[in-house]
Amino acid sequence: MTWMESFRTSWAAVYSHALRSMLTILGILIGIAAVILTVGLGLGTQLDVSAQISSLGSNLLIVAPGSSTSTTGARGGFGTSATLTITDAEALSSTVNAPDISGVAPESATSLSLTANDTNWTTTVTGTTTAWTSVRQRTLAHGSFFTQAQADASAAVVVLGSETADELFGTQNVVGQSVVISDKTFQVVGVLATAGSDSSSNLDDVAIVPFNTAATDLVGGTSSNAVSTIYLQAASDTQLSAAYQEADALLLNLHSISSTDDADFTISSQDALVSTATAVYQTLTILLTGVAGLSLLVGGIGVMNIMLVSVSERTREIGLRKALGAPPWAIRRQFLIEAAILGLSGGILGAVIGVVAALTLPAVIGSSIVVSPLAVGLSIGVAIIIGLVFGVYPATRAAKLAPIDALRSE
Amino acid sequence: MNPVSANPVSANPVSTHSVAALPSHPWTLEADAAGPVIELIDAGKTYTSGTIEFEALKGINLAIHEGEYVAIMGPSGSGKSTIMNILGCLDTLTRGQYRLGGTDVEELDEIELASVRNQQIGFVFQGFNLLSSMPAWRNVELPLVYGHVPREERRKRASRALERVGLGDRLDNKPGEMSGGQQQRVAVARALVGEPTMILADEPTGNLDSVSTRDVLTLFDELNALGRTIVLITHELEVAQRARRIVWVKDGAIVRDEVNAA
Ligand SMILES: Nc1ncnc2c1ncn2[C@@H]1O[C@H](COP(=O)(O)OP(=O)(O)O)[C@@H](O)[C@H]1O
Ligand SMILES: [Mg+2]
Repeated sequence: MTWMESFRTSWAAVYSHALRSMLTILGILIGIAAVILTVGLGLGTQLDVSAQISSLGSNLLIVAPGSSTSTTGARGGFGTSATLTITDAEALSSTVNAPDISGVAPESATSLSLTANDTNWTTTVTGTTTAWTSVRQRTLAHGSFFTQAQADASAAVVVLGSETADELFGTQNVVGQSVVISDKTFQVVGVLATAGSDSSSNLDDVAIVPFNTAATDLVGGTSSNAVSTIYLQAASDTQLSAAYQEADALLLNLHSISSTDDADFTISSQDALVSTATAVYQTLTILLTGVAGLSLLVGGIGVMNIMLVSVSERTREIGLRKALGAPPWAIRRQFLIEAAILGLSGGILGAVIGVVAALTLPAVIGSSIVVSPLAVGLSIGVAIIIGLVFGVYPATRAAKLAPIDALRSE
Repeated sequence: MNPVSANPVSANPVSTHSVAALPSHPWTLEADAAGPVIELIDAGKTYTSGTIEFEALKGINLAIHEGEYVAIMGPSGSGKSTIMNILGCLDTLTRGQYRLGGTDVEELDEIELASVRNQQIGFVFQGFNLLSSMPAWRNVELPLVYGHVPREERRKRASRALERVGLGDRLDNKPGEMSGGQQQRVAVARALVGEPTMILADEPTGNLDSVSTRDVLTLFDELNALGRTIVLITHELEVAQRARRIVWVKDGAIVRDEVNAA
């Protein structure tokens, strides 16, 4: 019996029980599609996150209040304690004490309601310095950023994010318009170009005001000098590490802390953020893929189940084939191929559906799905192997049937 | 070319005139030229189901030579099918020896037994045992599939065998589209397509009406006239009388072994 002949016989068996075969194939299909999608979603999210973090700008160091327990940037109580002040930011701006730091942008963020012509919109109002645009690598679509003079004078000027402008005025070129924040009228001097969103916030829905203006008019009280984050720009890539050392030493000194372990702030670099986020998403991907893999296992058990049914249903046929001269290996091969056909069909269909879903879903769910050819190839391979592995037992059982017992069965 | 023609079997009046027309068969060991093709020596079979033992064959001795047409005759439950399963290498003895073409089949492994069944034996069962999903010619070619015959030749030989049994116009009919008699003739075509040494038929007419019975028995006559060894199992005397030799079985033992005078 040639392979072709075995294949023909097996195909006839699969084909003659079309519905049953389809349902079995469906089990494998779902498993394979699920694996391709979860792996793709995991990889896609990792890429999205690192792209977003990279968009913060290179050479960037981020100083946040609160202590850290590890150098990878996993921060305990991030942003909860107000240990950083504008004084820290001013100290870091010193070209003498911190020669490798070229830009300092402290941010004090408060969620406030903005009003323009009876339209209300709540957004994050950030107080910062003129260095903000260069440190955060933002450009303006309309108008200009506030000037050093305006900052020094605590002028009531505001730069809006593109979405904020849209929400308040229904248009983006709103330079010269007025916005009321906390009962004080601000003049819009500029609108930022769009930048998308990062993992935690929408970068286009913001209102930027001079730090002093925010401190005196919007925050007030004891926390008026507090900053939530200080963004530092190293003079160049190669100076990033020196900038880190300088910032660390300066802040420890300013806060009168002798040991790095007791630091009440955390300095993290973009790289650290990327690797932290990537690690988190990797773990998540592995976990989800495990779950998807389980569904594949269930599909495999379905193949085994159907193959056992197929064998017991055709016991008489097996007996007849043996009486006509079929050796055990030919019977085993016939059933193994049958199982492999089920597995392979499920694998190919699952891969097709997985890839189609990977190409269409991102438009709906808004995150990328990466289809890796390796994952697709592997899934199809795994599907065949599942068919074979779960087919071995039923096929061996068929091959071992004594011809006379098989012929006698009803 | 065929040793049978050079081997005048004395025990029975086999006509050997047309044997030379048969193609030569691989199963013709020189050593057996003089010996019987089938030989049961003190053959016993005890079925064991759980703690219950049943002795279905009580040590029988039987020799059948190439070209013979033997009926194994006996009442229901006498052990006829047991004999047929042993002769067809579908089951094994629990005592004694079965020599097929001079070889003790106990020495053969599963794969060799499969090859023996494929090359030496053509089965005809009471219940036809056709695969209902396949057309007649596909059923008939099955032994050739396992005999490594190329596809085109299989189709040719299957149609020739079906023509031989008078079903040349039914090649593509499925068993369900045929009468019992026609189905049994398909089964006979399947039994002879591989040109086996012998045809084993277990109650082949048990499920047939009298007309179909006559058709099938006539086929056996013709096949035997062409030199084919036939072992026909039946409990009907009328059917047994078509054979040239009748072996009477009762309670697992041979009670009479005679040349059919009729
Ligand atoms: N697999 C088996 N297990 C136990 N007893 C069996 C089995 N097959 C046949 N027998 C018994 O052996 C005896 C002979 O059976 P069988 O050869 O089929 O008889 P026949 O074909 O002459 O009717 C019967 O009594 C039957 O019940
Ligand atoms: Mg019987």
